[in-house]
Amino acid sequence: MTHAPGWLAAVSLAAGLAAGFGYAPREAVQGNVQRIMYLHVPSVLTAYLAFGLVLLGSIGYLATRRPGWDRLAGAAGEIGVLFTGLTIVSGSIWGRPTWGTWWTWDARLTSTAMLFLIYVGYLLLRSVIDDPDARGRYAAVVGILGAVNIPIVHFSVKWWRALHQPSTILGPGPAPIDPAIEVVLFLNWVAFTLLFAYFLARRIEIARLEET
Amino acid sequence: MSYTRRAWIIFHKDLLVERRSKEQTNALLFFCLLLLFLFQFALGPDRERLAAALPGLLWLGFILAGLLGLGRSFLAERENDCWEGLRLTPGDKSAIYLGKLTGNCVLMTAVEIMLVLLFALFYNVDLWTPAAPLALVLALGTLGLAAVGTLFAAMTTQVRARELLFPVLLLPAQVPVLLATVSATQALLLGQPLADVAHWLKLLAGADCVYVTIGVLTFEFVLEG
Repeated sequence: MTHAPGWLAAVSLAAGLAAGFGYAPREAVQGNVQRIMYLHVPSVLTAYLAFGLVLLGSIGYLATRRPGWDRLAGAAGEIGVLFTGLTIVSGSIWGRPTWGTWWTWDARLTSTAMLFLIYVGYLLLRSVIDDPDARGRYAAVVGILGAVNIPIVHFSVKWWRALHQPSTILGPGPAPIDPAIEVVLFLNWVAFTLLFAYFLARRIEIARLEET
Repeated sequence: MSYTRRAWIIFHKDLLVERRSKEQTNALLFFCLLLLFLFQFALGPDRERLAAALPGLLWLGFILAGLLGLGRSFLAERENDCWEGLRLTPGDKSAIYLGKLTGNCVLMTAVEIMLVLLFALFYNVDLWTPAAPLALVLALGTLGLAAVGTLFAAMTTQVRARELLFPVLLLPAQVPVLLATVSATQALLLGQPLADVAHWLKLLAGADCVYVTIGVLTFEFVLEG
């Protein structure tokens, strides 16, 4: 039963990959490079979902003290960091040919990097506490603060860039998206969410076995 | 005993300990002086470059001093089972948080005032003209820094590798405060009116409210361990 989401994820990922290269049209301005979008956008959406679950698990643990909530928060935090890292790396690979640079201090890039650092700190805190209850409580406090901080970080970074220079970098792709691109994007998003669900279930299971 | 009275007792105790030992204030002032020299060495004698980097350096100094000062807020309680004493305090535990937070704000403000004076003296900048709006930015930034710092210090005091973990947790969380205060300070030093930085002040005030609220709500869970 635990393998079912894994197989579903594998099949849908394969389908998403095939569609991304086979079905999706070649983007007019950027060419084939734009296909990184099918990895990049689902990654960041999955990361946000994961950090939302960290918040949920954190509040749940402080409210009920059931270890299951803490395992959910911890597992989601790890996977969220993984997908945020994937977002940054894939964005970097995308940025090199389109913007001419691996990294730029653009508002979105900076706030994603901050998100990554906040949750790496969260994982570091988890790793140094041995007592499960203390770990759950402390991690929950950081998890709640981290999630509430996301919009504050977002606005501060946005204004910081806007004040210094107008956006010199154009966002990828024109606003009206080809329906085929949208379909492929949606397919890949579903695949990533399934993969996330599989990772989450496995990680929670491992955490449960570790504690017994 | 009322809520404010309990917060006051904590605040008063911390201040009294500090007044008698002068441990933190002396060391932090010396540290600030050292920072000024380090900044000067790192940037070289070019006055224009120094002036451009000044708002960032000023807040970098505050944050570094804050890391040292705030990180120690609960160290005294680790000894002689004082932590147990805090835990056994009757009533709402957030009073302890607010007392500690107030004490930290006072300590940070004292250090910041000294650092600002040293900056004005050593780097020959006019901080007097924009003093009033600058004080507002300083106060809002300090509250944000201390609110998260106090909460995280209470946690990291209890864990392994706390000297390492405290900055690792605090610094990314403080990015909005740093960006807002540095941008506002920069604008004020360039002679812009307070209205030009109103959006930063609003962000700071909002962030302060959020941080203090989370601190008040979650502190009892931190104190338990």
